[in-house]
Amino acid sequence: MNLLGKLTRQALPLDQPIQMVTSIILGLVIAGVIALVLIKGWAPYLWREWITSVDHKRIGVMYCLLGFVMLLRGFSDALLMRGQQALALHSNGFLQPEHYNQIFSAHGTIMIFFVAMPLVIGMMNFVVPLQLGVRDVAFPTLNSVGFWLTATGALLVNISLVLGEFARTGWLPYPPLSELQYSPGVGVDYYLWALQISGIGTLLTGINLVTTILKMRAPGMQYLRMPMFCWTSLASNLLIIAAFPVLTATLAMLILDRYLGFHFFTNDHGGNVMMFMNLIWVWGHPEVYILVLPAFGVFSEIFSTFSSKPLFGYRSMVAATMVICIISFAVWLHHFFTMGAGADVNAFFGIATTIIAVPTGVKVFNWLFTMYGGTVRFTTPMLWSTAFITTFVLGGMTGVLLAVPPADFLLHNSLFLVAHFHNVIIGGVVFGLFAGYTYWFPKAFGFKLHEGWGKAAFWFWLVGFYLAFMPLYVLGLMGMTRRMQHYDNPAWQPWLLVAGAGALLILVGVLCQAAQLVISIRRRESLRDVTGDPWDGRSLEWSTASPPPHYNFAILPNVEGEDAYWGIKQAAKETSHPADAVEYEHIEMPRNSPTGVVCAFFATVMGFALIWHIWWMAILGLLGAWATFVVFAWRDHGEDEIPAERVAREDREDRWRRGLPAYEGASA
Amino acid sequence: MTTAAVADPNHVTAHGHGAPGHGDGGPASKRIVVSYGFWIFLLSDIVMFSAFFASYAVLQGATSGGPSGATIFDRSYVAIETACLLLSSFACGMAGLAAKARNTLMFQLAMAATFVLGAAFVGLELKEFAGLVAKGDGPSRSAFLSGFFALVGCHGVHVTAGLIWLTTMMAQVWAKGFREDIQRRILCFGLFWHALDIIWVAVFTVVYLLGTTPMVTTL
Amino acid sequence: MSDRQPFWIKPPRLVAATLAPLVLCGCSTAVLNPAGPIGAADRTILLDSMAIMLAIVIPTILCGWGFAWWFRASNTRAKRLPTFAYSGSIELVVWSIPLLTILLLGGVIWVGSHELDPAEPIASPNKAVEVQVVSLDWKWLFIYPNEGVASVNRLVIPVGTPVHFTLTSASVMNSFFIPRLGSMIYTMNGMSDQLNLKADKPGIYAGLSSHFSGDGFSGMHFAVDAVTPADFAAWSARVKSSGPALTTASYNALAKQSLDVAPFTYASATPGLFENIVNQSIAPGPGPKSGPVPDVSPRQEAAR
Repeated sequence: MNLLGKLTRQALPLDQPIQMVTSIILGLVIAGVIALVLIKGWAPYLWREWITSVDHKRIGVMYCLLGFVMLLRGFSDALLMRGQQALALHSNGFLQPEHYNQIFSAHGTIMIFFVAMPLVIGMMNFVVPLQLGVRDVAFPTLNSVGFWLTATGALLVNISLVLGEFARTGWLPYPPLSELQYSPGVGVDYYLWALQISGIGTLLTGINLVTTILKMRAPGMQYLRMPMFCWTSLASNLLIIAAFPVLTATLAMLILDRYLGFHFFTNDHGGNVMMFMNLIWVWGHPEVYILVLPAFGVFSEIFSTFSSKPLFGYRSMVAATMVICIISFAVWLHHFFTMGAGADVNAFFGIATTIIAVPTGVKVFNWLFTMYGGTVRFTTPMLWSTAFITTFVLGGMTGVLLAVPPADFLLHNSLFLVAHFHNVIIGGVVFGLFAGYTYWFPKAFGFKLHEGWGKAAFWFWLVGFYLAFMPLYVLGLMGMTRRMQHYDNPAWQPWLLVAGAGALLILVGVLCQAAQLVISIRRRESLRDVTGDPWDGRSLEWSTASPPPHYNFAILPNVEGEDAYWGIKQAAKETSHPADAVEYEHIEMPRNSPTGVVCAFFATVMGFALIWHIWWMAILGLLGAWATFVVFAWRDHGEDEIPAERVAREDREDRWRRGLPAYEGASA
Repeated sequence: MTTAAVADPNHVTAHGHGAPGHGDGGPASKRIVVSYGFWIFLLSDIVMFSAFFASYAVLQGATSGGPSGATIFDRSYVAIETACLLLSSFACGMAGLAAKARNTLMFQLAMAATFVLGAAFVGLELKEFAGLVAKGDGPSRSAFLSGFFALVGCHGVHVTAGLIWLTTMMAQVWAKGFREDIQRRILCFGLFWHALDIIWVAVFTVVYLLGTTPMVTTL
Repeated sequence: MSDRQPFWIKPPRLVAATLAPLVLCGCSTAVLNPAGPIGAADRTILLDSMAIMLAIVIPTILCGWGFAWWFRASNTRAKRLPTFAYSGSIELVVWSIPLLTILLLGGVIWVGSHELDPAEPIASPNKAVEVQVVSLDWKWLFIYPNEGVASVNRLVIPVGTPVHFTLTSASVMNSFFIPRLGSMIYTMNGMSDQLNLKADKPGIYAGLSSHFSGDGFSGMHFAVDAVTPADFAAWSARVKSSGPALTTASYNALAKQSLDVAPFTYASATPGLFENIVNQSIAPGPGPKSGPVPDVSPRQEAAR
């Protein structure tokens, strides 16, 4: 009996130069960062203020940081893939199949679960409580646990680079290929445990944000006064609650098949692969809307702010969001029209899919009419948003095209499909995230991002995107299928070279973004936002300081209509009587807790042990995670009280800094 | 003054929380928030169970030459299991009442009864599983048995986790008394335990009742 | 599916103009340059749907650019309407335009799905040729039950005659696709699918697997020879005259994982072999057994 399960020295990919070099560089970078933190003496600060923080703003920022770091990893995979396909005519290129297959699987898995999800969740985490005018989310400590479990998943995926292999089955491990018989390696296990653990984190976030939005809003913040981003966040988190448990169950079944010899999806003993496809897409299609709905919310905020107009057709937008939320559960079969399910079934799901285009179209028109009659300011967030309209409408069209079964019979699994979903995910989700990042950055850090570098990044991204993905549409029409490690059709190569060049342009865009961040930090004094409202915003997050105090609002705002902050500003213009007297009260804020990070440590131990069949260690990890919760439950003081005097003093100082009048006769 | 007032967030409406006459009254109380959040968790858990139910329904006929439900299920045995679980739910309800009345003795007794009945349920289930595996009818025998073991086992794992939670709550009340946050946790535990009951009713119906009713098994 | 001209209206000029660059690429855009009725009908629906949508997509995109540009902050001529946030008639229009589009498209989907159901036989005076397709790791096996021969990685079919495919998989999922002939379909172990195709013009067409199936996936393509019926008969006679026999034993040998297999033929095929693969009395193909540590990271030795 081996104490370390399947783990031997042979698990190190010593014969794979690309993997080894990447791992060594990665190891050095991590060691360097840790050394820097220790030498500079930052460790206690990081531990106290960030790692153990239960502040929704800090957790939101950490989610985004995780997303951006993983974006670099996922994008490197993309560059390798584009490079391989550009070269692999009549040859094996520079990546062997077993390696190439890991790269595209990792690319998809990372981009969806560890880039898009953390960025979307991070943004919701940061913005939603501020927009609702409250001081935190419903369950701050669980929020921290959720973040750290997501980070655990990301860590496990990256460990697979150094030890063993990652899945070679695509971003969704279709059985029977992913069953033990055809994938006996540890790759699929890395995938399964990384997703199960981070999936728990995502579910916790979903519960947390739904409860926050439904039960914790500032006085007067009725449902139909909530900013659009809160509505789309609500829809997205409802989808998380309804869809992620299905993913958990499906992956659990595959785990049972692989670990305990069950027969859910095996070829033999009555297993049913078609059930996997149905279950995974019952989660998978709503997942698309989990990602894109918050992005729609971001665009709604931006179109309205930078047109200096209320969002056009607000109620219609709310209705459209909820319609999308519901119908997204009735379309999953369009992912496998080519399974031979029969004409009636295909037609039903094809039509259901196209119906989703109706509320989506309504949204697009309402954004257009938001600009109509407005005063449009072309800042970086607005550039991303206008580019989104064109790009997303194109991607939406090709999506509807793929929802027409006979057309799908020609284009399914082709590069046309790949072009389509990058068209909507990059054009919709990623553009939205970049827009939101630029838009809310000053709120989070107190200074704006550099516009020039932001615009440069935007143009490189935009041109690079069209250059990289339009050729894939053509290649799809030429009959090239996805996931090819090599090919023999010389007509494909020119288009693949163009696509590769596009990817390089996107790389320049990414470098511009990195430069933007560095330069903005260095010039933060000249980019400083002292008002807390750099864009002339309309919702409550702009009513507080940038960065907001730990408790967000010294006094909870009272909401009297849509566009709460805009209304307040307008009313202030019309009347000139001085600020009302207020009564500052003491504020109770949740106390920071290492529960999240400790729990994630044990989850990492458990996940790693399960992947490598080290059973004693798995049990240890599980017990550790449970013990962490018991210790947390045992503590006597969960909250810190901020005395009214301190709140009053800080608020007066803050109002003085922002040039606001002090409240008349404000007493503590 | 005017420029300053333009950007003044709380100018007109600086009223602290609960200002009258302005719609909803601000964030709900902690008790409501916690139980509401836990309800949502339970909903998500039920969604997860529904995936296992669906897979069981799909695989029900895939016996691959192995036994079908009718030949391996023993209704009266499962009836005893069910009785244990339902009674434990009753005891759990009593514990909730005792917690509300802050009666430590009643609470600990009721929780102990819940534990014994719950543990009996898990024990009976394990015995059923062990018997099947010993006969060679384990989850690897057929897809139908995989679906059965996963669905019933998933519920069993939930009950086991509930038992661990239960003992933790007993210890907490013993060590800390009926603190406000502990009261909230007891409330959530009650919700969890009753939800497991409801899921078991569905398992009992779909797996054991329908599985041993000849008319339905031929469907 | 009938042989007659599809009933769909010809795609408007606009689409033709938009797609002209693609069509000009000639036969390289395989999907838009069909060589059989199914591919042609699939393509017609593709172009029609695109035309329907472009009618709304192009104005929308132009509006997006137009509104953003005209209402830019520096344009002094633009009329500002800072409180214009609702209009019942605009809402009515923005809900009904996509709704009407989708209504039209829904009709195309419903009729198209039924007309082009892969299992629907192609009406023709000629009797359909039967081909049983098995996807293996990582090659294609084509069994001709009526001719009693089989072929690996090369499909020979007669022109002008419908071909009825029955498809299954020996191991993992694949998808059978000949872009220039039309509709693709999955192959799955333990079950069989139906597909009907027809070639109108003689020629050699590319066929491939369009569902990822593992390390040898990229090499899993085959040539489709569409030949005259006489040549087809001659080919099957020639195949019969020499080569190995496809029996359960030789099938099991073939089912072992291998990469980039060169085409070859079997002079005979045991009757009922395909049915035995489908009902799994022949066990599914074995998985990878090679590499330094197969249960950590199995590797295939490349043939090239």
